[in-house]
Amino acid sequence: MCPDAAVPPHSQKSQSSSSETDPAHDGRTVLGAADISRALRRIAHEIVEANKGADNLVLVGIPSRGVPLARRLAATIAEFEGRDIPVGALDITMYRDDLRHQPTRAPMPTDIPESGVDGKVVVLVDDVLYSGRTVRAALDALADHGRPAAVRLAVLVDRGHRELPIRADHVGKNLPTAQSEKVRVRLAETDDVDSVTITGGDR
Amino acid sequence: MSEQAIPQRMPRHLLSMADLDATAIRTILDTATQMHDVQKREVKKIPTLRGRTIINLFFEDSTRTRSSFEIAGKWMSADTINITGKGSSASKGESLRDTVRTIDAMGVDALVIRHGASGACHQVAGWVDAHVINAGDGTHEHPTQALLDAYTMERRLGSLEGKHVAIVGDLTHSRVVRSNLISLRRLGADVTLVAPPTLMPSGIQTWAERDGFALSHDLDGVLQGGGSGRPIDALMMLRVQKERMSGGYFPTPREYTVGYGLTRDRLARLTDQNPEIVICHPGPMNRGLEISADAADAAQSLVLDQVSAGVAVRMSVLYHLLAGEESATNVGATNEGSAA
Repeated sequence: MCPDAAVPPHSQKSQSSSSETDPAHDGRTVLGAADISRALRRIAHEIVEANKGADNLVLVGIPSRGVPLARRLAATIAEFEGRDIPVGALDITMYRDDLRHQPTRAPMPTDIPESGVDGKVVVLVDDVLYSGRTVRAALDALADHGRPAAVRLAVLVDRGHRELPIRADHVGKNLPTAQSEKVRVRLAETDDVDSVTITGGDR
Repeated sequence: MSEQAIPQRMPRHLLSMADLDATAIRTILDTATQMHDVQKREVKKIPTLRGRTIINLFFEDSTRTRSSFEIAGKWMSADTINITGKGSSASKGESLRDTVRTIDAMGVDALVIRHGASGACHQVAGWVDAHVINAGDGTHEHPTQALLDAYTMERRLGSLEGKHVAIVGDLTHSRVVRSNLISLRRLGADVTLVAPPTLMPSGIQTWAERDGFALSHDLDGVLQGGGSGRPIDALMMLRVQKERMSGGYFPTPREYTVGYGLTRDRLARLTDQNPEIVICHPGPMNRGLEISADAADAAQSLVLDQVSAGVAVRMSVLYHLLAGEESATNVGATNEGSAA
């Protein structure tokens, strides 16, 4: 789902941004399709480099937009390493720390690859890193599926304003933002277009 | 991939299937699919209801409903406690109102109630601050059973939209049929009820006309696609409720079986016609009365799938009722109008 982007602090991944698609208020585009593609290629190489090869790697996307990003990264790695990388999805709804602050929503599918996560190097993939609360929840959710040898974090956009001691290992683009701004990631798989835009704020 | 579902406002209590509109039913069933995965995990525990207390207050006997509510609560990290009518102060003559208000005063978050009186849960909801979930009240309703029936049938048949479900047996005493009628119609299924005239509740014709379902006294006719003329996709056998019957509904058990039981012969004809048919029974089964052992254990039988789904569906219900924000306006489908 859409990012930590457009939410006030203390809520992870809470807004459903489908209603905000009004093209008239599309905001400022900070990454276009080509930028996103380049950033993902670089992250794919970084992941393999940091791991000293593609052994033991498992990519796990956080729904909704982390999942297509994880698939793209896996496809890119497969391209230059010549082997398939297991990809999964990890829904964090049941692990959120703000469940009591909003109406409940139906969780998205969790899909841990056959090979499991025990002893693997799991790369969590999400679109936007903001408060860090989503990642905190993801770490808890992941622990219930096994004990990875290591967990890394790859994000397309880091917009700052962390509320927890969490940082990303691989970042597509550092995007300084005001908390009043909204960062919106659109991907071809979910939104028919690749873009990252910023809206709102006092400008 | 779709957008994350829009948050669904759930009713405060689940007293009747009528409390849930089609969207809410959909949300609960979709969530149950994800909850079902927890069952396959090595560590069956998620932190969602940590710190919540759920009391299962059962004034009637139950195996699967009570244990599945308890398991559902525990897997979601809630504290669950079972109280049965027999071992409680109710047997010393305490009124239902005093019993539930006593428990409510301890600060519990939810009361899951089964009671022999129709409308008991509805009354309790007016007495307590806790969320109330109806786990079967008299001959009125059993909403979580209808949800798990729908969930189980969907897993095998796909969407129930336009599917034809026949519900056969003791309609008069069945709370399962009342809840199922509401949920199946809201999910778009066609329903035919089959029972001997003595086990058809009075006034059901009016209800059938209003909600658009069919009635029949002829099981073999319905099984052969008679009546509405459409073959059936699912057959739900109801238990003959001896404990609620005070005689005179049918001459002998043997006669009931011949007319309305899913016998070995009927099963053979049915599966010849349509090997994909599914057979449900809410349990406990009277083997040899409303359902033969062959049918209960047939490949088409979903009886154990229903039990397995029971935990997932109840996790989903507990999640949607208890996990979200608390607010006085948190009413999407109202709790009004569920019969008292």
